[in-house]
Amino acid sequence: MIQIGKKNGCRKWQAAAAFLLITAGTGVFAATIKIGAIFAVTGPASYLGAPEEKTAKLFVENLNKAGGINGNKIELIVKDSAGSSEKALSFAKQLIDEHEVVAIIGPTTSGESLAIKDYCNKSKVPLISCAAAETIVEPVLPFVFKTPQKDSYVVKWAYQTMKDNGITKLAVVSSNTGFGAGGKTQLEKYANDFGITVVLSESYDAAATDLSSLLTKVKGSGAQAVINWSIEPAQSIIAKNMKQMNLTIPLYQSHGFGNIKYVEAAGDAADGIIFPCGKLLVADLLPDSDSQKALLQKYSTDYKTKYKEDASTFGGHAYDAILLLTTAISQAKSSDPVKIAAALEKIANLPGTAGIFTMSKTDHNGLGMDSIVMLTVKNGKFALYGTK
Amino acid sequence: MTSDIVIQYIISGLIYGSIYAVIALGFNIVYNATGIINFAQGEFVMLGGMITHSFSKIMSLPLALLAAVLITAVIGGFIELVLIRNIGRLAKKKLKKSPEMQMTIMTIGISILLRETALTIWGEQVQTVPFFTGNETSSITVAGASFSPQLIWIITTAFLIFLFLSFFYKFTLKGQAMRACACSKTGALICGIPASTMVTFSFILAAGIGALAGSVTAPLTQTHYAIGTALSIKGFTVAVFGGLGSSGAAAAAGFLLGIIESFSIVVFPEAFKDIVSILLLLIVLFLRPSGLFGTPLKKRKKDSNK
Repeated sequence: MIQIGKKNGCRKWQAAAAFLLITAGTGVFAATIKIGAIFAVTGPASYLGAPEEKTAKLFVENLNKAGGINGNKIELIVKDSAGSSEKALSFAKQLIDEHEVVAIIGPTTSGESLAIKDYCNKSKVPLISCAAAETIVEPVLPFVFKTPQKDSYVVKWAYQTMKDNGITKLAVVSSNTGFGAGGKTQLEKYANDFGITVVLSESYDAAATDLSSLLTKVKGSGAQAVINWSIEPAQSIIAKNMKQMNLTIPLYQSHGFGNIKYVEAAGDAADGIIFPCGKLLVADLLPDSDSQKALLQKYSTDYKTKYKEDASTFGGHAYDAILLLTTAISQAKSSDPVKIAAALEKIANLPGTAGIFTMSKTDHNGLGMDSIVMLTVKNGKFALYGTK
Repeated sequence: MTSDIVIQYIISGLIYGSIYAVIALGFNIVYNATGIINFAQGEFVMLGGMITHSFSKIMSLPLALLAAVLITAVIGGFIELVLIRNIGRLAKKKLKKSPEMQMTIMTIGISILLRETALTIWGEQVQTVPFFTGNETSSITVAGASFSPQLIWIITTAFLIFLFLSFFYKFTLKGQAMRACACSKTGALICGIPASTMVTFSFILAAGIGALAGSVTAPLTQTHYAIGTALSIKGFTVAVFGGLGSSGAAAAAGFLLGIIESFSIVVFPEAFKDIVSILLLLIVLFLRPSGLFGTPLKKRKKDSNK
């Protein structure tokens, strides 16, 4: 008898747990707003996707602690695409059709974002991508947005700085990845506008461990500066190789250099490298009048306290995505995807980590040229370059 | 092309060449003793760099280098004793044929195991080792071409390893015994050579030499948990290109391929470098299946009988 009684007790608990799960799952508590997220948490783009996931989770945790949006709690459903476009698309379908999310943030990479944007748009669910490619928001689709600065801004800033320094002959080197190839195209496209001639344009293998023969070609080309476009360790190798070969022309890099680990790997050779980047890395150096400063400092500190690692610009893109979305939801006073998209388009002067967002019907990125600053390396640390 | 540019290309070629040569030498050590291709050789190089990186923070660089070589050598021996040997025994028993193929495939598995372990220990970040002389920005200029002093360390190390191995195989009993094992394991056993001990020893030696190469090159090339695969493939290419089994052939082929790759950039994009070397390998294999400087196995067996 006693045994049976015990069993019954057990059943009751199971039934209670099952009931709780079911009610939570079907959203009986209507005050929960579901947001989908697709990030490359693992795989080759994990150094972008992992901080994005951590940032999004931290943001939602803090928001729910503070009472959610207009009293409604947020539920974040994260899917790990491992950087694969096919997986990203099937997760997008799952999030929209099964989970019935009100919007999706991510994916991490440009390839994934391009793969799912049409599906989200067709399903009338807002997508806020964390990837760089301009083609994500050009041409503009009503439901597709993105947070990172446009490639072309980054290129134009680098070129403006070169022009100011009197450089007219440039050697372009890039890794043979999507990021490298994209940068190379933009660099070749805008060179003429700044009176710069590309005398040499070469791509190298992403896993290259020595670039001295490539640099020998640069040496013979008569270039006055080199710009390297990659996100790989080659960024530190090229700096070291140049010093060792006594190639004294200035080295410019892409915003991919915005990771202090690459400066550490290059050691003394990193000093003097010039590159365009968002403001997050130099938050403490910004003037107090900068409207992003407080937000950047708070994000950096919160992230470091929680995860014991430095915040990166990539995590910042996810921060901006979820900031834009929650702002839109609160302004729309509704969790209807169509109304959220309309509210997203009306966002103006909202400071984020990448810049000040002002969306419009024709601009679904919302950032201006002032979202980029030119940085350099001084004594192994990032510093603002000049004052432009 | 001016003369200083030509010299600069040759110097770049020497950097690649010496790295390739040392890895190919490691391949040959294991091949000479067992007849198997050890695809974990690149991981030994990676481990050498990584362990030197970690130890250089708590002890002087020469000591860290020594520790890296010893630890990797022990790992090499351990892998042979626990994994390679048993898989070989099992394959022989179940399949009733020589187990070289199974053992070679096992080394691919081991390379994945070592790589993932390194990822867990050191993370996906790039690691560096301090320069032996000077620092990142030091440079030596000869005849208008400049290079890092580390290059002298790398080439000297490659040359010393080559000299040591040539001497070891030709003049020491242990070296000759190892070569005998590759020719005929049964024959060697009949002569009283403990064949399985020789195999273990070859793994210890190959791992140690790989680690030494990894430590010496890491200041220049940096190190990363995943560099092993590419190095293994390149080292294998060089070993086959020169002719498997001969130290001299491996060293010569390494430097030759390094210099060819370096000059290939004059015509082809840098990203095509590997294609150039694989293409050359294919041509060599078509024309001389035993490698550029190699002698067919039959002749080698005959020579060692003399």
